[in-house]
Amino acid sequence: MSENTEPRSAAAPDPDQLPASQATDVEPEPLEDDADFVTSLDTAGGAHQPSAVPVSTQSGALPGAPEEESLLRKIFTGNGIVTILAVLLALILGGLLIAMTDKVVGTTAGYLFARPSDFLIAVWSAATDSYVALFQGAVFNPRGNGVAGQFAPLMETLTIATPLITAGLGVALAFRAGLFNIGAQGQIIMAGILASWVGFALHLPLGIHLLLVLVAGVIGGAVWGGIVGVLKARTGAHEVIVTIMFNYIALYFLRYLLDTDLFQRPGADTPISPIVDPSAAYPLIFGSQYRLHLGFLLAIAATVFVSWLLNRSTLGFEFRAVGANPKAALTAGINVSRATILVMTIAGGLAGLAGVAQVAGTEKVLTDGVAATYGFDAITVALLGRSSPWGTFAAGLLFGAFRAGAVQMQIQTGTPIDIVLVVQSLIVLFIAAPPLVRAIFGLNPRKKKAATAGKTKQAATTGGAA
Amino acid sequence: MSTTATSPVEGKPQPEKNHRPTVSAKPVTWKLPVTLAVLATIAFIFFGLLGPQANAKFGVSSSGDFFQLPAIEVPAFLSGMVLSLILLVLAGYALVLKARANRRPPRWVPAVFTVVFVVAFLIWVVGGARTPSISLAGLIAGSVTLAVPIVFGSLSGVLCERAGVVNIAIEGQLLGGAFTAALVASLTHNPYLGLLAAAVAGALVSVVLAVFSIKYVVNQIIVGVVLNVLVSGLTGFLFTTVMQSDPEKYNSPAELPIIDIPVLSSIPVIGPILFKQSVVGYLMYVAVIVIWVALFKTKWGLRVRAVGEHPQAADTLGIKVNATRFWNVTLGGAVAGIGGSFFTLVAIDSFTKEISGGRGFIALAAMILGRWNPIGAFFAALLFGFADNLQSIVTIIGTPVPSQFMAMLPYVVTVFAVAGLVGRSRPPAADGIPYIKG
Repeated sequence: MSENTEPRSAAAPDPDQLPASQATDVEPEPLEDDADFVTSLDTAGGAHQPSAVPVSTQSGALPGAPEEESLLRKIFTGNGIVTILAVLLALILGGLLIAMTDKVVGTTAGYLFARPSDFLIAVWSAATDSYVALFQGAVFNPRGNGVAGQFAPLMETLTIATPLITAGLGVALAFRAGLFNIGAQGQIIMAGILASWVGFALHLPLGIHLLLVLVAGVIGGAVWGGIVGVLKARTGAHEVIVTIMFNYIALYFLRYLLDTDLFQRPGADTPISPIVDPSAAYPLIFGSQYRLHLGFLLAIAATVFVSWLLNRSTLGFEFRAVGANPKAALTAGINVSRATILVMTIAGGLAGLAGVAQVAGTEKVLTDGVAATYGFDAITVALLGRSSPWGTFAAGLLFGAFRAGAVQMQIQTGTPIDIVLVVQSLIVLFIAAPPLVRAIFGLNPRKKKAATAGKTKQAATTGGAA
Repeated sequence: MSTTATSPVEGKPQPEKNHRPTVSAKPVTWKLPVTLAVLATIAFIFFGLLGPQANAKFGVSSSGDFFQLPAIEVPAFLSGMVLSLILLVLAGYALVLKARANRRPPRWVPAVFTVVFVVAFLIWVVGGARTPSISLAGLIAGSVTLAVPIVFGSLSGVLCERAGVVNIAIEGQLLGGAFTAALVASLTHNPYLGLLAAAVAGALVSVVLAVFSIKYVVNQIIVGVVLNVLVSGLTGFLFTTVMQSDPEKYNSPAELPIIDIPVLSSIPVIGPILFKQSVVGYLMYVAVIVIWVALFKTKWGLRVRAVGEHPQAADTLGIKVNATRFWNVTLGGAVAGIGGSFFTLVAIDSFTKEISGGRGFIALAAMILGRWNPIGAFFAALLFGFADNLQSIVTIIGTPVPSQFMAMLPYVVTVFAVAGLVGRSRPPAADGIPYIKG
C-alpha cells in the first residue's frame, strides 16, 4: 500500500498491472534508489517548484523510445479494449454458470453424445434468455405499454444507478488520493439517518425543507468519512480496517435508532421510520409514472464537480499527488494530513448524497436496509470506472442496469439476482489484471514476462475464478 | 497493511521475537495511560457510583457436571465500586510510570485492565437486569461456540499476513467453506468429507487471491474485497438454483457429532468448552497451537515471517518469497474453509445465504487485536464471541444496555486498537506489498 514505508524500489509494480486507481495518470512509485530520492530532495530544497508528480514520473521512463512504445501500447492493448473484453469475458462466464444450473441443459447433457446439438442449443438459449430478459428489464422492453412503458426499464436503471454513481464517486475520489474507502456503506447509512430525521421530524416550507435534508445527509456522510480521515492522519490507523468497522458501527447504530421512539414509526412493529414529508422528497423528473427523481441530476452535477475537483483544482492536484506518492507530496510542501482528512470528508459527503437519494428519492423511508449493498457495489463501480469521474458515472449506469434488469430476469427466467454479483465481481477481477485478459484473448503484442507466464496459468486461474 | 503511523526507520528487519518494544521504537506516548484513565473513570461513574443495587447471580455449574458448585452471588454495587477502584489504580500506575520514568506500563497492565473491566461490566449488566441471574457456564460455553469460526478466520489472516499478503477475503473463505461443506456432506452423507471439502473450497478461494495478488500483482485489498462479493454471489446463485431445487438432496448435511470425553467434560465451566466439542471445535485448539508453534518455533515459521517482514532479505538468503506467500495464502484459505464448515456442519443444519454474516470481518479485527499472533487472535476472537453471546443474552434477561450496542462493541474496540489507543498493533512490515524479484 502506498503509505508503507519499506523501500519500494523492488516492490514497485509494473504500472500496467496496477489497479486503476494508481495507474491512471501518474506512474506509481519513484525511489528507484537513493539517487532518485536525493534529486527530489534537492529540487525541493532549492526551489520547491518541482512538484511530486513530475518527480515520480521521472523515474518511470526515460524520454524518447519508451514513450513512443507506450503510445503504441495504449492503442493496441489500451485500457478501453481490456475493459470491453473484461466485461465480455465476465458475461460469458456468467452465462456458462447460468447454463450449468439450467434444467433443460441438465436433461440434454444426459444424451450429450447422441444429440450434441440439443445440448449446445440448450446452453445457448439458457444463457441468452437470461441476458435478453436482463436487457429488457434494464433498457428497453418491447412488450411495454406504449412508449412510456417501453422506456420504463431505462428510467428504473437510472434510478438505481443514482446512489451507485454518487457513492462510487466517493470511493473513486478516495482511491485517487491513495485511500481505500470501503466505508461508503456506513456513510450512506449515517447520511440516511440524518436526512430522514430532518425529512420526517421537521416540517418546513417547500424548498427549504429539501435543501436542509440534502445538507443534513451530506454532512452525515462527510462526518462519518471525515472521522476516518482524522484517525488515519493522526494515528496512522489503516483506513480499510477503520472503514469496515465503521460500516458495522453505523449499521448497529441505525438498528438501535429504529428501535427508539425517535425514529420508529408510531404504531409500527417493524423497524421502519415514518415517511418523509412531501416537501422533503426529491421531485420526480418525468412525472409520477417513473421513480426517477432529482437525485439523478444531482449525481450528474456531482460527477461534474468531482471531475473539476480532480483535474482543475489545486486541492484535487494535492489529492492526486498524495495518492501518487505521499512522501514526495510531503517533500513538495503538501499537507498530507490535511489532504487525507479533506478527501475522506468529501468522499463521505458524496456517499452521503447516495444516502439522501435513497431516503428522499427512491425509498422515502428509513429502514435498516437503507444502504442495501450500494456501499459495497460502489467499490466495484469505482474500480470498473478506473477511478475517473466519468468512468465511474458510466460504470454506475452499467451496474444500475444490471441491478434493474436482474429483477426482471429473475421474474422471467428464474435466474437468481445473485448472478449480477458474480458478473460484477468477475468484471472487476479481470479489469484489475489486464495481462490475464490479454492472454485469454491472445493479445500480447509486447513480450512481457508476467503476461507470457500468465498464459500458462490462464486455464487454472479462470477455472478458479469461475 | 500498516495500521500504525509510518515510522522513519527504513528497512529495519525484525525477524526475531515478535513485538518486543525495541529501544529505537516510537517514543512512549500518553495514549495508553490516558485511555486507561478515561475508561477507568467511566467504569467508576457507571459501574461504581451509578451501579445497580441488586445482587448479580452467576450460575457456575451446569446440570451434567461432575460436582455441583453453588452459584456465585455478588452485590452489584459493592463489587462495581471495588473493581472500578482497581481499574483506577491500574490507570494511575500507568500514568505515574509515564510521568515519572517515561516508561510504558508492563504488558500485564492492559491485559489485567481488560479482564477486570469485562468482569465489572458483566456484573453491572447482570445486576441491572430484570432478572439479575445468568449462567456463567452457559455464557462461556456459548462464547466459545460462537468464536470457533472467528478463530479459524483469524488464523487464516495470521497465516496470510505473516507472509505479507493482506487477506480481506476471509469472509469469502468462510462462506465458501460453509457452502461446500453443506453440499458435499449432503451428497455423501458424510460430514467428514464435508469438512475436507470445506478446506478445499477455502483453499480455492485463496488460490484466486494468491494468483491475482502475487502473479498479476493486483492490489491485494481489491482482490480481497472483490472475492468476497464473488463468493457471496456464487454461493447465493447456487443456493437458489441448486440447493433450493431439492433441499433434501443438496442441503441437509449430516451433522458432525459432539464428542464428549467422559469424566473430563464434567468439570464445571471448563469441562464443556474443552472436552465437549465437535471435531471442528477440537481442531480449533489444535490449529491455534500448531500454527503458533510453527510460526514462532520452527525454521519454516522464521522463513515465513522473514518473507512478511523483509522480502528482499529473505530472497537474498535463498528463500523463495512468492512461493512461500502462495502456499501460505492457500493454507490460510484451507484453515478458514474449515472454520466455515462450522456453520453448516455444527451450528446450523443447513446452508442459507450469507450464513457467515460478516464474521470474516470480525476475524480480521480479531487478528489485528491479537497482534498477528495466533494465540492473541484466539483470545481476541473469544472476546468477540463473548460480546456476541452476551448480546443475545442481555436481550433475554432485559438490561439497560441496548443489545445493538453490545453488538457494536467488537468493532469499536477494533477501531480503538488500530488507532493505537489500547496498545499498538504493528503489522508485518511488508504486509500488502507485492514482491517482484529484480
